[in-house]
Amino acid sequence: MLKLEGVSAGYGDFQALFGASLDVQAGEAVAVIGPNGAGKTTLLRVISGIIPLREGHLSMEGRPLDRVPAHRIIETGIAHVPENRRLFPRLTVEENLKIGAYLPAARSRFAERLDFVYSLFPRMKERRNQLAGTMSGGEQQMCAIGRALMSGPKLLLMDEPSAGLAPVIVQQVFDLVRRIRSEGYTVLIVEQNIQQVLKVVDRAYLLEVGRIKLSGKSADLLASDEIRRAYIGL
Amino acid sequence: MQRDVIAPLVIAALVALAPFAGQTDYFIHILVQILLWGFIYTAWSLMGRFGLVSLGHGAFMGIGAYVTVLLWNFFELTPWIGMPIAVAAAVALAAIVGWPCVRLRIVGHYFALVTLALTAVVALSIVGLRDITGGSLGLTPNREAAGTSIYAFQFASKTVFLYVALVLWLIGLFVWRAVDRGMGRYALQAISSDEDASASVGINVGVEKIRIILLSAGLTALGGAVFGQYQMYINPETVSGIGVSLQIVFAVVAGGMFVQLGPTVGAAFTLILAETLRILIGNEYHAADTTIYGLMLVLFIIFMPKGILGAVFAGLERAKAKAA
Amino acid sequence: MDTIFDIYLLEAIVNGVLLGGVLGLLALGLNLVFGVIDVVWICYAELVMLGMYTVYFLHVVYGVPVLLACLGAVVVVGVLGALLHYLVIRPVLQSEPINQLLVTGGVLFFLQSFATLVFGIEFRNLGLKLPILNFGEMYFSYARVLAFLVALAGMVGLYLFLTRTFLGTAIRAIAQDREIMPLMGVDSRKLYLVTSGIGGGLAGLAACLLVLQYDVHPAIGLTFGPITFMICVLGGLGNMIGGFVAAFIISQFISIGGFFFHIEWGYVIAFAFFILTMFIRPQGLFGK
Repeated sequence: MLKLEGVSAGYGDFQALFGASLDVQAGEAVAVIGPNGAGKTTLLRVISGIIPLREGHLSMEGRPLDRVPAHRIIETGIAHVPENRRLFPRLTVEENLKIGAYLPAARSRFAERLDFVYSLFPRMKERRNQLAGTMSGGEQQMCAIGRALMSGPKLLLMDEPSAGLAPVIVQQVFDLVRRIRSEGYTVLIVEQNIQQVLKVVDRAYLLEVGRIKLSGKSADLLASDEIRRAYIGL
Repeated sequence: MQRDVIAPLVIAALVALAPFAGQTDYFIHILVQILLWGFIYTAWSLMGRFGLVSLGHGAFMGIGAYVTVLLWNFFELTPWIGMPIAVAAAVALAAIVGWPCVRLRIVGHYFALVTLALTAVVALSIVGLRDITGGSLGLTPNREAAGTSIYAFQFASKTVFLYVALVLWLIGLFVWRAVDRGMGRYALQAISSDEDASASVGINVGVEKIRIILLSAGLTALGGAVFGQYQMYINPETVSGIGVSLQIVFAVVAGGMFVQLGPTVGAAFTLILAETLRILIGNEYHAADTTIYGLMLVLFIIFMPKGILGAVFAGLERAKAKAA
Repeated sequence: MDTIFDIYLLEAIVNGVLLGGVLGLLALGLNLVFGVIDVVWICYAELVMLGMYTVYFLHVVYGVPVLLACLGAVVVVGVLGALLHYLVIRPVLQSEPINQLLVTGGVLFFLQSFATLVFGIEFRNLGLKLPILNFGEMYFSYARVLAFLVALAGMVGLYLFLTRTFLGTAIRAIAQDREIMPLMGVDSRKLYLVTSGIGGGLAGLAACLLVLQYDVHPAIGLTFGPITFMICVLGGLGNMIGGFVAAFIISQFISIGGFFFHIEWGYVIAFAFFILTMFIRPQGLFGK
């Protein structure tokens, strides 16, 4: 479904990604794991077109994304749940969801998708008229995921969904990811919480200083000595 | 000696010789205007280069001109004393408004708008006090019978004013230089870009800022006072008000606010442009000159944000870098 | 004696409220543009001036009915707002905020001079004879009452647009988080252009209301411009409801100040109040 070949990117003089390649098949859940500053967020931002591609190729379902402007990426079926959720704090929950359905194609199905998101997250229905900035971190994460689902995506990009949340909430967030999977969405997730995320996804890539160092099935990675020693601390 | 001392002195020497070369009154008039406005623009740029974009200099200029003339007309107080009083009044006003701005860190848009309001208050007060200021009709200093009187700071000859304006202009440039030197490049940048950083390297940002504001306001008032004496007529539109405040800002932007002679270049450029357009187009098409002027300002800010002189210097630097 | 005095004061207060409606509408367009694009249009009042001329020429010179002429002004100034963004603001979006402020100041100079060049310095008016309304011993101009009502309607319309439509919601969202808008499929450049057009349209609507009450001349922008900025800042730049409330406060200062003293003093008091407020609450009366 999504394919990255030799992708390089960065900010100004700083290069964050060096020829990274990966692919995500339809129906899969894939994680990109790695330490802080490895280039994980950059990777998702390149896919969404927020950061320009310097070298390499990107394609979604065979369609090249190299020259597609950022605001048109979502039309190809890719929705991005950004780092730190980035809800519009002074809009209500429902208004945040409305922005998620901004695309003309999504607007006509707004009511139907709103029902779907509310059935997925009944809590959001209770809080529909509350300002998004006043909710707890876990609720905000639900709203951010809901907002991404409103565009009717095929592939969901999730950037550090557990970051900055209390341990109990982190557990809930990974449950959310499982639910999204079971709804049939393809997921590419970036996480530092390696042990947790590997229990949710099928496969994972290990990113270190902008390069893919390892990849494989999550069960194999969980068992790998290298991962265990360096990242899980066992 | 350095470039920033030699260049002003050479220009001053050339200007000082102008009356001996048999120049017309018109030419002398243009020179006086360039020098006086150049002085006021230089005073403005003392603040402008720190990101303190003031739209309040119409207020300071108006106070300088009006206080001086009013003291003369009502109390026959010589401008030699009246001008310092006017300057003190402007500095006091600058302190009253400037200090809270500095303390509360009112910057950017907000600083520009607070000072804009200050201009409005002063200009409207001048109009409102029409019983003594003549309101929007303006005010003429009581003329000494002889036409020329040192006591009254009135000179029939434009040449005398040329030298007065020249001295003033040189003072402005050397104050600019002193501020530039006195603070050091690093401190300058620190103040305009990041207040916390500069506070941590031991610069009292607030005190430096307020000093520059007071200096700038005082010099502007002095320029306004002399301008009033030269024109022998002042009105709220020409020496105060929002129009004047904007004129000051734009001329400086056109010339370049980060180089010493930039404001003067701005004054020369705008005055010569206005005069040329006036002569070319004639008085028939009222405001054709300012229309083109406004258009050029917009183009300047988009394509040449450092101003004429700033762009010239940047070009020279690039050429030098290439040659090396 | 006392009762008559009070009646006149009451009349001044009501006139202040009526003025507040128009000032509130003026502030609305400026606030919208600032909130979304983060740029202050110093030349905003000059757009209003051009709108007033549009109504004047369409109606008086070309004989277009007043209502159509007003509609024409809204459209013309709306297009001007979009053009202003496209030609002037877009090239400086990445430069220093001060340059953004100054570039629209250059436009102010240009528009004011251009109007002088093309229209001359004569004061022009529509020559409409609108009746005077009286309630007891108080007299109000019909034009003011009409302007107040239309201003209110304009504000309600904008409110509905911003809260009920996808575009309006996106306009509010972009003011809160510019960076992630592309992830929602929103083209910021297009949204800026649309917002500028709407901001211009509001300036055009304000122009229609002002031209009913005041003569138009090239420098009229300098009369309304500064007061509009004060209102926006008092209300908290970008805060549309705050700006609306501030408009009524400022208009009372002008109206009551002008009642007791000369009209200039009303403005002086309003501006002085603004400066003082900035010192007490630099974020504006209703800023966060």
